Amino acid sequence: MNNRVAVIGDKDSITAFRAAGLEVFDATTAQEAEKLIKQLTDEHFAVIFITEQLAVGISDTLAKAKVKAYPAIIPIPNADGSNGYGMSGIKKDVEKAIGTDILFKED
Amino acid sequence: MAIQNVNPTRMEMKRLKERLKTATRGHKLLKDKTDEMVRQFILLARENKRLRSEVESQLSDALKNFMLAKTVADTRVVEEAVMMPSRRVELQCTKRNLMNIGVPHIEVKQDTAGELYPYSFLSVTSRLDDSVATLDKLIVSLIQLAEVEKTCNMLAEEIEKNKRRVNALENIMIPQMEETIKYIEMKLDENERASTVRLMKVKDIIAKQQQSY
Repeated sequence: MNNRVAVIGDKDSITAFRAAGLEVFDATTAQEAEKLIKQLTDEHFAVIFITEQLAVGISDTLAKAKVKAYPAIIPIPNADGSNGYGMSGIKKDVEKAIGTDILFKED
Repeated sequence: MAIQNVNPTRMEMKRLKERLKTATRGHKLLKDKTDEMVRQFILLARENKRLRSEVESQLSDALKNFMLAKTVADTRVVEEAVMMPSRRVELQCTKRNLMNIGVPHIEVKQDTAGELYPYSFLSVTSRLDDSVATLDKLIVSLIQLAEVEKTCNMLAEEIEKNKRRVNALENIMIPQMEETIKYIEMKLDENERASTVRLMKVKDIIAKQQQSY
């Protein structure tokens, strides 16, 4: 039962995922997204993709979910392109673990 | 550094020395664990960065294509076209043990039996085909990204926790115990000296008394 994938985002960006066989849920505000994440966590989704534009607004909720193995909540770019939230997440992780950012220094 | 509040006895000292030994060993072990975790984390973080930039660029392209397809054709037609997907993505989720943390391990079971395009080619443009085909290929990378990114998150959290433990041992626990042991040793030595002096004094007194008889 713990094997489903969900995509949360604005309607324009997520319709495409439906064609690829993922379950999509549309949300336009941070509150809606937060509610959806709660609901999907209760329904034991394994992976939840969320558009970066929505993820920015609910970073507290995402940080709380980081310590558990499932669900993995992963920010993805939407149809307008990426706003760098996903990359900054990696950067934050590196800073947390090593103390200084060694991966992004060169660029 | 403050010493612990203990009775300066030999038994207490023995107990403390035992604890100090355990703490030093634990400290060494934890330090080694951090080293190994950091090594693994760097590998994973590199992989994470590579996967993410790859996925982000491809996904943006696919989604842009999809948007264009939507603008060229009627929005409703496109939505209808993808309404009933012919494929489903199934995952095989388990937990993997990495440095004693249960990290997710996900395998994709993409059912490729069904037709990729769930619509008739008549109603929509080829941009939609492109976009759907790219997305379909991207699913595997996306799931992989999910796995790697989650592992990175958890590892980073664990490394931070571990570092705090190492610091607490190194800078507080171990010095405090060493200090306390030293204090007890000094106190015991002092007691011993005091009793020697007392004995000497008593001996003197007795000798004097014998002389006077």
